[in-house]
Amino acid sequence: MTDFSRVYDVLIIGGGNAALCAAITARRMGASVLILESAPRPFRGGNSRHVRNIRAMHDAPAVTLSDAYHEEEYWEDLLRVTGGETDERLARMTIRGTQDALPFMLDCGIRFQPSLSGTLSLSRTNAFFLGGGKSLVNALYQTAQRLGIAIAYDSEVTAMHLDDGRIGRVEATCQGFPETISAKAVVAASGGFQANIEWLKEGWGDIAENFIIRGTPYAKGKVLRNLLDQGVAKIGDPTQCHAVAIDGRAPKFDGGIVTRLDSVPFSIVVNRDGQRFYDEGEDVWPKRYAIWGRLVAQQPGQIAYSIFDSRSVPLFMPSVFPAISADSIGELAEKLGLDAVALEATVSDYNAAVQPGDFDSQRLDGCATKGLDPSKTNWARTIDTPPYIGYPLRPGITFTYLGVKVDEHAQVCLESGRRVDNLFAAGEIMAGSVLGKGYLAGFGMAIGTVFGRLAGQNAARHALAAD
Amino acid sequence: MANLDEALDALTAQAPGSCQLREDRGQGAYVDARRAIEICNACRYCEGFCAVFPAMTLRREFRDSDLDYLANLCHNCRGCFFSCQYAPPHEFGINVPKVFAELRTESYAKYAWPQPLAGLFRRNGTILSLATILAVTLILILTMALSDPAAFWGANDRSGSFYAVIPWEIMVAVAGASFGFAILALIISGFRFWRETGGGSFAQAGPLGKAAGDVLTLRNLGGGGEGCNDIDETYSSWRRIFHHFLFYGFALCFAATCVATVYDHFLGLIAPYAFLSWPVQLGFWGGIGMMIGTVGLAWVKIAADPGPAAPSVVGADFALLMLLFLTAFTGLVLLGLRATPAMGILLAVHLGTVLTLFVFAPYSKMVHGLYRSLALLRNAREQRRTSDAAAAP
Ligand SMILES: Cc1cc2nc3c(=O)[nH]c(=O)nc-3n(C[C@H](O)[C@H](O)[C@H](O)COP(=O)(O)OP(=O)(O)OC[C@H]3O[C@@H](n4cnc5c(N)ncnc54)[C@H](O)[C@@H]3O)c2cc1C
Ligand code: SF4
Ligand code: SF4
Repeated sequence: MTDFSRVYDVLIIGGGNAALCAAITARRMGASVLILESAPRPFRGGNSRHVRNIRAMHDAPAVTLSDAYHEEEYWEDLLRVTGGETDERLARMTIRGTQDALPFMLDCGIRFQPSLSGTLSLSRTNAFFLGGGKSLVNALYQTAQRLGIAIAYDSEVTAMHLDDGRIGRVEATCQGFPETISAKAVVAASGGFQANIEWLKEGWGDIAENFIIRGTPYAKGKVLRNLLDQGVAKIGDPTQCHAVAIDGRAPKFDGGIVTRLDSVPFSIVVNRDGQRFYDEGEDVWPKRYAIWGRLVAQQPGQIAYSIFDSRSVPLFMPSVFPAISADSIGELAEKLGLDAVALEATVSDYNAAVQPGDFDSQRLDGCATKGLDPSKTNWARTIDTPPYIGYPLRPGITFTYLGVKVDEHAQVCLESGRRVDNLFAAGEIMAGSVLGKGYLAGFGMAIGTVFGRLAGQNAARHALAAD
Repeated sequence: MANLDEALDALTAQAPGSCQLREDRGQGAYVDARRAIEICNACRYCEGFCAVFPAMTLRREFRDSDLDYLANLCHNCRGCFFSCQYAPPHEFGINVPKVFAELRTESYAKYAWPQPLAGLFRRNGTILSLATILAVTLILILTMALSDPAAFWGANDRSGSFYAVIPWEIMVAVAGASFGFAILALIISGFRFWRETGGGSFAQAGPLGKAAGDVLTLRNLGGGGEGCNDIDETYSSWRRIFHHFLFYGFALCFAATCVATVYDHFLGLIAPYAFLSWPVQLGFWGGIGMMIGTVGLAWVKIAADPGPAAPSVVGADFALLMLLFLTAFTGLVLLGLRATPAMGILLAVHLGTVLTLFVFAPYSKMVHGLYRSLALLRNAREQRRTSDAAAAP
């Protein structure tokens, strides 16, 4: 049984990658550490249990990473996806920190594998975890246990008392019982608030009811809200979130990677009324998948349908849900619950607008439509070879950007500009401090690991200095 | 080769019941496995653990025979269970090692020859245990009834004393018949499995060498480097090590039997042999290895987190481990006490276990070695084809 009456040096709130990195680092510096994880043990690890890789800078081949990926290139990649909405100092700190992240992970028993089939383009920049995020989470927990870190599952922090610029008591519900916990320093690593539909509705309105949450149902943002309510500096836009288009049949929470659908570039996408609304072939899918969540969210009913014919089937990774197929467009419309006349018209207009060209799924092939609005600028090929296939799409929320503002020591800032004396933050809860919008594959783990270690280190330093 | 193929084709064609049996019983396991594999194929996080996942990604649709192949390629290292974000209690409830273990048993029954004996895979644990007891008892009673009491209780280990208890002709006839039958049944079953899962020639030097290496080193129990989840979330190599003890121990014992046969038939040296002779040395160390291996594997099974285990196959697993242990143990006891009056009884008991082991080789978990090896061979062929295709311009 966890001893909640004891005053720990460092209290860690959350049980994902950022939390564990902080806990392990603090413990290794000699601090006593308690982890409060709101999920029960089988679901421990938050969104981190769904991840597959980390983007890591390296000047020479490392682990499974080939060649080199220098700071400048990493930074430019980040700059491009965020459109400049990034804090250069913190971002470069994160980038540099990823060099040490890999040895740290190896040391914690995390193992790597060559980049997964179908992700060759990432093999230079991203290191893939063997067995994925759950394996990573298991290894981190084992390391924590070996080091003698106290871990309480099913323990949700409900309130932190911020008085006079420092965190005093922390209130939590541990396996159904209220507990009050004191610690010399606290690390908030409780993730985003994407699983809190009510909060999402504040930014998005009622349409958020139709969002699917790709990761953990435990990221409710209680700690974040509690801190913001007490004058902690806010960063990021509350309506910003990483939203991708996923299979509309995915479970409401925790469906993870297998619900994604990569068919969009090789299809046309129509809304509930059977109308197209955006250029499906604008760019290669890895560069575009993150805008489609928002696009679908803006359609009536927050639903869309990817429609293609049998020739496109081999061109993308299968989703877990069966394809809905029919021998005619009309029949397909019926199966999907769409208006047959409208869909037939959309498809025939599209087919008529397709220009001849050399179709090539592997590059921007320039096969485009002419005189269609919106046009399709790549991979436009007529839809005419039955069976015809359709997949429903819904917005799938990966994480939110609104968070607490931290400085280069991972110390949490107040609106007044001062720092909270003994509060540090890491991971999704502060990711907005580094990037305000956009996303680079593998950067979430980069922020969590680098800031997790930093937060753990500074929390331990603070706590041990207080003795 | 072609003639053998034809002959086997003819033989396998005589078993019209084979598919029916699968339809009757196989549904559940195939449905569960297909569902799991389709989720895995969209996820692929476990690709680095073993050969199964890369083989899976070569396919979009999974016929029953594809599943037979993949299930038999799985070494049950359990890595993909502990690292699965969709493992129970997640609503997807993915448990690949469990569904594959269930499916393997289905496939053993499906490819068994002759088909009426496929039923032996139902409640295999009980059947194998009863068969062992029955065989031992029967041999004991028959020898006691038929042999000369003076020889049976005679207490000597002079040359030929074994055959005074059980006459040489009978021993050779029974051993030859049971062994021969087992080999025939295994060949036919293996051939069927090979044909159903894709066919093609066995004899391609490269893949054959690769598969042999995989079998002899159990490379797929390496878990991509650190070992398997033998017990729980931590990685270890216990199962691999104990399996090596058992496998190589068994191989030594088998070699002992072969050498003894040569001694007997060609050199005219009659058993029992001296402790420092080849047959006894091979058998002795092989027996020790088998005992370490079986006890170790049983320990791993008992200590292991039951999450990824399939309860329905546990009985068959333990029954075989027990039989293998008994075979080794009775052999060693016979060696130790062969100069005492217990020799007659011990010989009968030992031969009873050996007989069961051989007769049941095609109808117990022993067959996993056959299908696993064939699956590895198919995998080596597939990989070679893919890398050839990748290398092509
Ligand atoms: C499907 C999917 C795939 C992804 N793939 C990748 C990838 O390949 N690479 C990458 O870099 N990023 C990926 N991400 C993003 C990545 O998951 C996050 O950036 C990262 O995991 C964040 O780590 P974290 O520790 O901050 O948050 P989380 O891992 O979400 O951890 C938050 C933890 O806090 C706990 N918690 C919440 N509230 C409380 C409370 N009140 N009290 C106590 N505990 C609480 C939660 O239970 C959870 O354990 C993916 C995300 C998803 C959804
Ligand atoms: S076992 Fe789970 S984690 Fe592994 S590939 Fe399958 S679905 Fe993915
Ligand atoms: S249990 Fe091990 S060998 Fe079997 S499929 Fe899973 S990872 Fe591969």
